[in-house]
Amino acid sequence: MSHADTMPKPRRNVELLLLVLALSVSIGANALISIDEQTSLDTDFWFQSSLLAVASLVFHVVLRLRAKYADPVILPLVVALNGLGLAMIHRLDAPGDDTGNNQLRWTVIAMAVAIAVIWFLKDHRVLRRFTYISLAVSALLLILPLVPGISAGEILGARVWIRLGPMTFQPGEVAKITLAIFFAGYLSSNRDLIMLAGRKIGPMQFPRFKDMGPMITAWLVSIGVLIFQRDLGSSVLFFGLFIVMIYVATSRISWVVIGLTLILGGGFVASKVFSHVALRIDSWLNAFTEEVFGRSPGGSGQIVEGLFGMASGGLVGTGLGQGRPNLVPFANSDMIIASFGEELGLIGLFAIVMMYLLLFTRGFRAALGTRDAFGKLLACGLSFAVALQCFVVIGGVTRLIPLTGLTTPFLAAGGSSLLANWIIVGLLLMISHTARGPVDTSPMQPGRTPEAQKPAPVAGGRQDRNATQTLPDAPTEAVKHL
Amino acid sequence: MNQAIRHSWIAAIAMFALIFGAISYVQVVGADELKANPWNRRAILQNYCNDRGAILVGGSAIAESVPGNESCKFQRKYNQPELYAGLTGYFSRSYGVTGLEGAMDAQLAGSSDQLFFDRIGQLFLGNQPKGASVELTIDPKIQKLAYDLIPDGQRGSIVVTDPKTGNILAMVSKPSYDPNLIATQDVAKEQAAYNEAIKVPGVNLNPSVSGPTGALLAPGSVFKLVDTAAALNSGKYNADSVLPNPAQMSFPGIQYQLPNYAGGNCYTRNTASFAFALQQSCNTPFARIALDLGQKAIGDQAAKFGFGQDLGDQLKLDYANKPFPEEELDQAGLAQSAIGQRDVRATPLQIALMTSAIANGGVQMAPNLIKAVRSPDLRVIDEPKPVALRTSTTPEIAGQITDWMTSVVNEGIASGAGVPGVQVAGKTGTAELGNGLNNSWFTGFAPANDPQVSVTVVMQGVDITTGAQLTSPNAKKIFEAVLNK
Repeated sequence: MSHADTMPKPRRNVELLLLVLALSVSIGANALISIDEQTSLDTDFWFQSSLLAVASLVFHVVLRLRAKYADPVILPLVVALNGLGLAMIHRLDAPGDDTGNNQLRWTVIAMAVAIAVIWFLKDHRVLRRFTYISLAVSALLLILPLVPGISAGEILGARVWIRLGPMTFQPGEVAKITLAIFFAGYLSSNRDLIMLAGRKIGPMQFPRFKDMGPMITAWLVSIGVLIFQRDLGSSVLFFGLFIVMIYVATSRISWVVIGLTLILGGGFVASKVFSHVALRIDSWLNAFTEEVFGRSPGGSGQIVEGLFGMASGGLVGTGLGQGRPNLVPFANSDMIIASFGEELGLIGLFAIVMMYLLLFTRGFRAALGTRDAFGKLLACGLSFAVALQCFVVIGGVTRLIPLTGLTTPFLAAGGSSLLANWIIVGLLLMISHTARGPVDTSPMQPGRTPEAQKPAPVAGGRQDRNATQTLPDAPTEAVKHL
Repeated sequence: MNQAIRHSWIAAIAMFALIFGAISYVQVVGADELKANPWNRRAILQNYCNDRGAILVGGSAIAESVPGNESCKFQRKYNQPELYAGLTGYFSRSYGVTGLEGAMDAQLAGSSDQLFFDRIGQLFLGNQPKGASVELTIDPKIQKLAYDLIPDGQRGSIVVTDPKTGNILAMVSKPSYDPNLIATQDVAKEQAAYNEAIKVPGVNLNPSVSGPTGALLAPGSVFKLVDTAAALNSGKYNADSVLPNPAQMSFPGIQYQLPNYAGGNCYTRNTASFAFALQQSCNTPFARIALDLGQKAIGDQAAKFGFGQDLGDQLKLDYANKPFPEEELDQAGLAQSAIGQRDVRATPLQIALMTSAIANGGVQMAPNLIKAVRSPDLRVIDEPKPVALRTSTTPEIAGQITDWMTSVVNEGIASGAGVPGVQVAGKTGTAELGNGLNNSWFTGFAPANDPQVSVTVVMQGVDITTGAQLTSPNAKKIFEAVLNK
């Protein structure tokens, strides 16, 4: 409880320095590719580079104005990842393809939305008031792709897109955020009840059946997504998100056990009942048999071509623009990790994965640092979702686990994914701002943030051991650095 | 709560540890295995756009790399594509390399050890990598003649060799295809052309078997030359042997009757000399010989002629080869196999090698297509010498068979192959396909006393009359063309 002894430092100059570094990595990558393709840096290159630089610097200035205590590492990490993704997508564009420019447009839109989130939200705790609205919005978003007229139909075996004029959009990406908000809101209000009731079996305390409601809901949502949208990746992601948030809310390992049992059971049944799941598992296990390799759809050609690409990259890679990543189907979206593995090698890919690791670690740090349960749950859930998404994608590409159709955050081509992940970044920055900033001791206006009124009476009155231990929730010493 | 957050973070870190391990495995530990995988097209693509060496016939290129577009500096181009497709194969972005393009890939791509110093030079001068060119033993005039002798719409193959060196002078088969269409840089067109070509019966785009080297056909009566050699080699038979020649043969316990060819003169005699049996291609004498000598003797002699054997490294084409049946045959089976039916299969090239061995006094030369390999500065880096593969039979037996083969042309059913003023040795064959049609063969060489050229012709799915018109008379035209050159 000694955090008030020294004034927290905003560290915005550190961020600026890191941002310049991130931009030079992204723009440098783009320059290498442009030189490779047309031997000179044309107006396109300068336009793309300055657009990314300007957008990043505007974001930085907004942070200075609105969230000056925000974690200074998050924005540069994301700009570097997004910039590398832009460069690679641009590099993979065949003549006449517009995916690179489209990705740039979406980057600017996504950054603008994230800036708006920071500008208008002011305090993440406001979101708690939208707990049930978030649930409704999530349900709507998940149902949209199935609604005739709006639905973009089945694309590559999955029904997860809707059509907005000339564009397609994947509402599930945004549903990831709204579901996290709902769960954070619901669990921060009801965690005492869920935690205290229940029966103890051996070392583990199991919840009452009626408290399992959220878990059952989560399971049904995931199974629903799996059945109706045929989206294995999102289904795993949603469920992972719920398990982690319930675990953090209750600190009960029993929830993880129940959750994993449900997911394994669901997965086993799905692998027997649904052909698309069975195909994925078969093409994972038997990727190198001729029949599976050539099968269409559901063959292992994509994974195997990706592995060939990564193998040809080896330790140091072929060099940006020097490999043949476009031999791999969906080289710029699902398989962009393989494209990076081929051209940047093991070393480059490690650097990229390390950036993700730092990014979600910063998110967890914000969760540790912030003082409200809602913020903790939200930051932790979103950070874990980013980590899980990376694991599912990269694990799939490297044949560690079956390949599922998820995007690599910030790198992969796709507007909905960029938008959703930038919103997550905005939220994490907001939460880290409250976590790292000075403790606000002024009285809150009634009804504005329920937490603000709670701490005083609660501090000594709680019977629960866990609660008394965790309630102070002061930032650790480490949090104050950088 | 904070403790649970830390635990979640540890779980996330554990997932990332797995990812780091998986990436390391793919890119370092398992990388060599993945690179060596035959499905991996990256090795081909590595030099797809490079200046690849030419394949030359008679001084002009039948396959060469010409300047391409911006993204791919060089493009493979096949001149007279249909005529040479069976030899060159294709160099395709999606379908890999076949034929000589595949067999000579190291030289053509310039990655061969022989070109090590050229590569070092290119490295320092910053030049585009350039491959060696490969000059073939093919005679373009004979190649064209042979190709035109197979009518359009007819499936067939012709192989012309020099029996003394093993050099292949012509090797064609129809129908053919245009490898340019499969070597194009337009992936959609490439796939369309490939899918179109594989639909044509007789066109084989499989990398492992192509053209006259790859079609496995029943050799029919041509196989009687193997029986003859086996008979003479056994010591039980000689030039004066009198062979039983019943009109048909029956076998204990089964209904099947093996008949003599009804159309010829076989039925006029109950016994026959070797010369007569070969001249008229009678079945029963050779079936009897096989039953007398046993399956092993016939099989061993077939192996000595190259059936089921390695055709030698000099042949840079992959080929399909099949031994004489190895599993035990019953009497009827052995009798049928001895006349080149049932389970016996041979490629046109295999039959050409068998005949060439007889022409060459019993010594089988390794088939060869490569006259010279030249580095980009025209230095000869490889010039294959004739290589004796194996001894098929003794010079005496080879001479005896040659004598009988000349009588087949002079007095027997291969008279159409006779060339005025030159002694031609030959043997015909007719393998029944069971639908009234046959694979019709001619194999022979000339001049009989000093063989310069061996010719093997096979026409697939023809009736007796058409077969007779398309085999021996066509062989004659090739003999004339080579000998009057």
